[in-house]
Amino acid sequence: MEYSQKVMDHFSNPRNVGKMENADGVGEVGNPTCGDIMKIYLKIDDGKITDAKFNTFGCGAAVATSSIATEMIKGKTIDEALKLTNKAVIEALDGLPPAKVHCSVLAEEAVKAAIADYYKKNNIPLTDELKGCKGCCGACGEKEN
Amino acid sequence: MIVYADNAATTAVSKKSIEAMLPYFDKYYGNPSSVHQIGREAAKALIEARKTVAESLGAEEREIYFTSGGTEADNWAITFAANLGAKKGKKHLITTKIEHHAVLYMFEKLEKEGFEVTYLDVYKDGIVKIEDVEKAIRQDTALVSVMYANNEIGTIQPIAQIGKICREKGVLFHTDAVQAVGHLPINVKDENIDMLSLSAHKFHGPKGVGALYCKKGIKLESFLLGGGQEMGKRASTENVAGIVGMAAALKQSISEMTENEKKVTAMRDKLIEELSKIPHSILNGHRTKRLPGNVNFCFEGIEGESMLLLLDMKGICASSGSACTSGSLDPSHVLLAIGLPHAVAHGSLRLTVCEYNTGQEIEYIIEELPKIIQRLREMSPVWESIIKEEK
Repeated sequence: MEYSQKVMDHFSNPRNVGKMENADGVGEVGNPTCGDIMKIYLKIDDGKITDAKFNTFGCGAAVATSSIATEMIKGKTIDEALKLTNKAVIEALDGLPPAKVHCSVLAEEAVKAAIADYYKKNNIPLTDELKGCKGCCGACGEKEN
Repeated sequence: MIVYADNAATTAVSKKSIEAMLPYFDKYYGNPSSVHQIGREAAKALIEARKTVAESLGAEEREIYFTSGGTEADNWAITFAANLGAKKGKKHLITTKIEHHAVLYMFEKLEKEGFEVTYLDVYKDGIVKIEDVEKAIRQDTALVSVMYANNEIGTIQPIAQIGKICREKGVLFHTDAVQAVGHLPINVKDENIDMLSLSAHKFHGPKGVGALYCKKGIKLESFLLGGGQEMGKRASTENVAGIVGMAAALKQSISEMTENEKKVTAMRDKLIEELSKIPHSILNGHRTKRLPGNVNFCFEGIEGESMLLLLDMKGICASSGSACTSGSLDPSHVLLAIGLPHAVAHGSLRLTVCEYNTGQEIEYIIEELPKIIQRLREMSPVWESIIKEEK
């Protein structure tokens, strides 16, 4: 199994790593049982993501996907960030080994979970795509809700 | 600095092994089955090699069958014993929960074919209890297969005691000794072992060659059909150079065993002592009943693959039982069998050292590893909650 240079770059020099105090939205997805947990923090002003940070427990790909996902949504509007797909994350990293595709799904889910948290805190009704766990990596046995 | 600390995965081929092999590639390249002199030289080398391997185990030459490696020897022994049992109406097999997949997957296959398999517990320290073996043996038990030493956590099983019980009860006893041969003193007669698997590349021999010991009197079935090689039990032109290299490596390992064991054990103990100081670290496997070079820890709050990647950037080659390194979603079956929760098992690290490692290299690992763990913990939400709970 070989990681692309881009994955190794984001793994060894992760961008936006760390906790954020007073975040406007926090999303945590994954499960330690399946070996990955991603936590994404967002600072949101006027519908725009002004800052994003992450903490991740997981493999090299899990760290790299969280790092690049935070980079991809920084400065974007919420609507734009909601359009972030795992496919876009994979492309931005110049590919992922097949066994690691679930990490990109986690990154997408973590962003959505953080936005969902922001909506809840501000009493904004959730759009359908933000409702519930989508099964994330599909490995932890947690049912979709 | 490059520090190779993955000797349970494979070892460097020793100079003596390489030198012993070379003439058999371009000088004595003949087929040992040929009548002419080039072939006869190769045949002579096989006789010598068989003698060396037999002597190293306290066996006789006719009890040694060369194979393509440990996996083949395991597959062969288990298939044979199960078939033999089935002919006598014995369809119960016993093994442990921590066997290598070359053994475990054979038993799973046999289960599907109608055999009943008892998988023995190994408890927290990773060692089988003799009384469990005794209790598990039934009238219809065809085989007991217990590994000599575990490849992940290094624990050494009470093979002589298990052998004694099996002999008394008249049950065939096989041991996968791939991690033990060349590292621990083994005598198949004293330990009542009926069948034993070994692999050359675990003791500084070449890859792709191993052997199965099968006690005389046991009518071993052919594994590969074709030519009459290996006393008619395993067809295929012998890997002469590989077999010669294996014998040379084994001879050297046995003659240097006492001094190597002392040196390697000291390095292992130094690593265990220092790494135990890292908070929330757990040593996996028994503290002393383990292979001289085996160190296996779990570090809570982090994941194994990212640890390996960062170690690799520092030139340290190690391995992990994390799911991410196995390509499956479950962490190592061995770590789960000793009772570790999934989340902790994902953070395992195996360092396996040998006599080629130096004290300086051990110091380097001790210096670099805690920094890597710290760095990964700082970005881990799991570690964050561990710390929170503590407070």
